[in-house]
Amino acid sequence: MLQLSQVSIRYGDAQALYETDLRVPDGETLVLIGPSGCGKSTLLRLITGLVQPDSGTISFAGKALTPATLMQARRRMGYVIQEGGLFPHLSVRDNVTVMARYLRRDAGWIETRLAELARLVQLPAALMPRFPAELSGGQRQRVSLMRALMLDPDLLLLDEPLGALDPMIRYQLQQELKDIFSELGKTVVLVTHDLAEAAFFSSTLVLMRDGRIVQTGSLEALARNPADPFVHTFLRAQRAPVEQLTGAPA
Amino acid sequence: MIATHRIIALVLTGVFAIVLMRPAAGEVQRVTVGSKLFTESVILAEMLRLLADEAGATADHQRQLGGTRVLWNALLSGEIDAYPEYTGTLMQEILVDQQLHTRAELEQALAERGLRMTAALGFNNTYAMGVTESLAERLKLRTISDLRRHPDLVLGFGNEFMDRADGWPGLKQRYRLPQQDVRGLEHELAYRGIASGTLDVTDLYTTDAEIAYYKLRALEDDLHYFPVYNAVILYRADLARRAPEVVALYKRLAGRIDAAAMSRMNARVKLDGEPDAGVATDFLRKSLHLEVDVQKQSAWQRFWQHTAEHLALVGISLSAAIVLAIPLGILAARRRRLGQLVLGVAGILQTIPSLALFVFMIPLLGIGAPPAIVALFLYSLLPIIRNTFAGLRDIPPQIIESAQALGLPSRARLRIVELPLATRAILAGIKTSAVINVGTATLGALIGAGGYGQPILTGIRLDNTALILQGAIPAAVLALLVQGIFELVERGLLPRGLRVHAEPSDSRSL
Repeated sequence: MLQLSQVSIRYGDAQALYETDLRVPDGETLVLIGPSGCGKSTLLRLITGLVQPDSGTISFAGKALTPATLMQARRRMGYVIQEGGLFPHLSVRDNVTVMARYLRRDAGWIETRLAELARLVQLPAALMPRFPAELSGGQRQRVSLMRALMLDPDLLLLDEPLGALDPMIRYQLQQELKDIFSELGKTVVLVTHDLAEAAFFSSTLVLMRDGRIVQTGSLEALARNPADPFVHTFLRAQRAPVEQLTGAPA
Repeated sequence: MIATHRIIALVLTGVFAIVLMRPAAGEVQRVTVGSKLFTESVILAEMLRLLADEAGATADHQRQLGGTRVLWNALLSGEIDAYPEYTGTLMQEILVDQQLHTRAELEQALAERGLRMTAALGFNNTYAMGVTESLAERLKLRTISDLRRHPDLVLGFGNEFMDRADGWPGLKQRYRLPQQDVRGLEHELAYRGIASGTLDVTDLYTTDAEIAYYKLRALEDDLHYFPVYNAVILYRADLARRAPEVVALYKRLAGRIDAAAMSRMNARVKLDGEPDAGVATDFLRKSLHLEVDVQKQSAWQRFWQHTAEHLALVGISLSAAIVLAIPLGILAARRRRLGQLVLGVAGILQTIPSLALFVFMIPLLGIGAPPAIVALFLYSLLPIIRNTFAGLRDIPPQIIESAQALGLPSRARLRIVELPLATRAILAGIKTSAVINVGTATLGALIGAGGYGQPILTGIRLDNTALILQGAIPAAVLALLVQGIFELVERGLLPRGLRVHAEPSDSRSL
């Protein structure tokens, strides 16, 4: 589905990403994890074409991403960012359907799809005419997810989708999100800095640090055979408080 | 944004309708006269207008234009056909590098420029020494030389006259005046000093309104120290061909107005508050026995005329500015380099003093509404460009990226996401421009564009606060009105989502 080979980019003096290879197979959920500034969000922005790589190629569904193919490719990707990125001047309905309306999709199809997605993310129909400012943080993320899924994309990209939510809601949404992923069977790339969340969503973790992929594998593999002392440190730092209390291994 | 287009189109249509409703020229000859920014010039030009009218032409008076150069250039370019001028101004100011000394040389120089002048009207508006009639009677003062016999007289001069080499120092030398008690003071105070008897002699202009009011006598400059400023009518040579009857009447003014008569007319307008047209009419009736009619314009008619003129100035210039400035603001936001250039140029335009900008436009567009509209248009650009730029730049990056990631092409992004989000900022810029525009448009009167500036200028000239307010209050009301209209536009255009405030929603609800 998605293949990056020798992709690198620098922002001014800072090398945000060194030459990196990454393959995301069809139907899998891949989680990019690492501390702030490790390059995980940059990787996502490269995939959506928000930034252009200095070197290397990215291919999506068998085709290389170029400025010419970008617009088409983006319409087959769904992208959800941390604060939702909803358009504050548009209602929930308009936010979700903006692209479909731009592409002049059939109105009936749009209505059906909207209702389908609202059911999927469990958003009450009464909220459709509301504006983002009138929604709670959790509701906003659900709308953002609906918008990303509207055109039934092949690839779903989520950049810290639950980062701005408080822990209780976050916990509940994680569960729902995982159900949605498995129900849809889509290829998913999710970025988080939270180890527990990463392990919850996927069996394939990609741990990054300072613009490089340090290790790829399951949480268990990372814990048992750390490729680097950093892997060990990162895992230790995120031991759950309760585990730390009892001294159980991470 | 379709709504915006519709509103702009409506405004433009309205404005053009107002402009087109102004009377168009028919078969009759059209004669335009001009006047400078002081009462005497306005009264004389009113006479010119009435005389042209009397001769059957359609006469217009471009009142109180801002400065000799403006009138001179307007005459040269044919935008006006005639105006009252002084020989001294022509020889020592406008044509000073020609080094003219005689009337014949002056007439020759004018002819080379396609201009002519009448014989002197009869008064010489120059510096003079003024004393009260009673003192003049008592001391038998008739000429400046007579002052030599009275060394005890107290002299008080305006500061300018006191300091200029061709003022008091030269006068004292030429006439060998012996007086020791000589004071420099504000000119207005000098008149009061004369009236109260603390001063005996002051400098004045021979046709000052105050001469009649304070019952002063202007002593004759028997040694011809002061330059001669004979009033004449300056007109275009082609006027004599086009409308010979008009020129014939103008020539009849020659030798008819002496300094005392002019001073009395100035006093009637400036001190007694009579309308200049009325004073000019009286003179023509009595001196030339002409049955001229004053077509009196009622206060309301004048008000509506000024309102229409002002609306045209503001409406056209502001609409054009909106139409150009929003795309420029978008360009500035999208292309950083070009943006700096656009903002820089618009910023420089804004630093040009408004009066200077109006005058700069005259060589390009002449006098009247067009140069004023262009100047106002240039002035209105910056606030709109800058606010459009800022409004687009202030959109949070994650919103822009969301729109990009959705696959919206650049133009669609602008239309669907960016412009609606920048609406408030853009409208704020337009409101700022509108208020500046309405205020600055009052200066348009200085270059013959009319509007609410007209009563303000007349009020300043006549020191008449009520008249100033007749222009200032409508201008202020119009500024508020225009702002109010854009508030309404904002209410219509601003997306509802930007007006709602986050309700105190329970963050725990999903």
